[in-house]
Amino acid sequence: MLNSSLSALSAALAGRKISAVELTRLCLARIDALNGRLNAFITVDEEHSLAQALVADERRAGRGSPAGPLTGIPIAHKDIFCTRSLRTTCGSKMLADYVSPYDAHVVERLAAAGTVVLGKTNMDEFAMGSSNETSHFGPVRNPWDASRVPGGSSGGSAAAVAARMVPAATGTDTGGSIRQPAALTGVCGLKPTYGVVSRYGMIAFASSLDQGGPIAKSAEDLALLMNAMAGFDARDSTSLQRPAEDYGRELNLPLAGQRIGLPREYFADGVDADVHARVRDAIRWFEGQGAKAVEISLPNTALAVPVYYVVAPAEASSNLSRFDGVRYGHRAKEYADLADMYRRTRAEGFGAEVKRRILVGTYVLSHGYYDAYYLQAQKVRRLIAKDFAEAFARCDLIMGPTSPSTAFPLGAKSDDPVQMYLNDIFTIPAPLAGLPGLSIPCGFDAKGLPVGLQIMGNYFAEAKILGAAHRYQQATDWHARLPKEAPL
Amino acid sequence: MSLTPDQLQRIAMLARIDVAPAEAAGVTERLNRVLGLIDQLQAVDTRGIEPMSHALDVVQRLRPDEVTEPDRREANQAAAPAVEAGLYLVPKVIE
Repeated sequence: MLNSSLSALSAALAGRKISAVELTRLCLARIDALNGRLNAFITVDEEHSLAQALVADERRAGRGSPAGPLTGIPIAHKDIFCTRSLRTTCGSKMLADYVSPYDAHVVERLAAAGTVVLGKTNMDEFAMGSSNETSHFGPVRNPWDASRVPGGSSGGSAAAVAARMVPAATGTDTGGSIRQPAALTGVCGLKPTYGVVSRYGMIAFASSLDQGGPIAKSAEDLALLMNAMAGFDARDSTSLQRPAEDYGRELNLPLAGQRIGLPREYFADGVDADVHARVRDAIRWFEGQGAKAVEISLPNTALAVPVYYVVAPAEASSNLSRFDGVRYGHRAKEYADLADMYRRTRAEGFGAEVKRRILVGTYVLSHGYYDAYYLQAQKVRRLIAKDFAEAFARCDLIMGPTSPSTAFPLGAKSDDPVQMYLNDIFTIPAPLAGLPGLSIPCGFDAKGLPVGLQIMGNYFAEAKILGAAHRYQQATDWHARLPKEAPL
Repeated sequence: MSLTPDQLQRIAMLARIDVAPAEAAGVTERLNRVLGLIDQLQAVDTRGIEPMSHALDVVQRLRPDEVTEPDRREANQAAAPAVEAGLYLVPKVIE
């Protein structure tokens, strides 16, 4: 049951083969058995989740609001989504005891669909990190090898799904925070087009890039989750007013004639040989189905990381100014005056990586540097978006590695921020342009660690991306393999 | 571009984050690595390129000028470190 797809679980719930309460208990027992080792959850909510499961069972029995495909499905929320019933820490000491007065839009929508929230997953502090090592609540460990990182920042959600603690979880992606941990833990993750999923109640990091999305075991499961998560919300000023769509409508996408763009820059040096080999194998499979591989170029790829490390810290320095020890969160015990209270509160409440990004952001926005850094980065961002526009004139989908390497050992990059940042070279470009991207497993390296295939599409091409991924997953079983540290 | 100790303290002051003297050297060293990374942008010719501040070119929505929010002061202040009579308490700022 724990390795079943959402549609199989949904059918089992509908056919009374299992109740939502039983399924919830199964997952809670699994979390209880594995979380001490993996640290994927910050908060587990036995009491509320069982109460929600009871309500879901009522709905399945035809009492209360009508049941849908997700009614009774256990999920977990990344601890960046505000929840009224559970604390929302954002992986930070600053919010270690914070309880939000409202639910995020994504939380509301998934609750309305009848999902059962088992708890909140661990993450890099304020979503700033690629390894989950910046969490105030300790690092998450990779279920494929507990001495290695699960990626980040949605590392808890990815590890929880990989270890079959929960069949699906929410994540957020600013520079790769859904796709990179999905790749490193052998699960599937989708970053939608900017504006498709509401940011209301999702603690802001870099508002022009942040986007919520699902993490699950298959592309088909991602489509079911997207149907519930996506939708207009007036409370997010960047939420897009578009007709509702069925994200599973292209699951049977005909592959013959699809043009798959292979960016030269994604197949250059600096990528593990095994990663390239597995990605090439996957592309050959698509070619075997009649798709056409087209060599393309995204010439400004190497500039994406520097652009991101101007734009994201600039927006973060502004967004995180709200944590001042006055309205919510940590407040220093001792201080001389108001300014001293701010400075000590923030020095104590934020970890080293968050402080570094706030300082970088403050610097690039400060008088005398704004034009040279911030404005220049915004101009290069435009060049990166233009690269994609030109590429999508020649291809329907873009494929390449999600991450240049498989999961690395804990501590391997935590001392050098730039080494850590460069790990996101292939996931940063899509959010800079606002484009959707997905990662699915496509095999293993020589160490037995999962490799991620990234599929990017044009704006609003989620259904097509999911279709291509689903076709691949019908022919392969990489996504169904179980991690070594979490046997069923 | 390399930060001097004075520049670090000025940025830390603007960001309202204390950087203790004992940490300053390490913080500066790592910040300088990040500044080295973003300095690559200086070499790019961006003459005539419009800055891109947002992923999609959409216009800000307008809504009718109506009261939509109820008073939720109590709920909103429940998470505050110090409140009294509906007000947020901060250290004295005026003598």
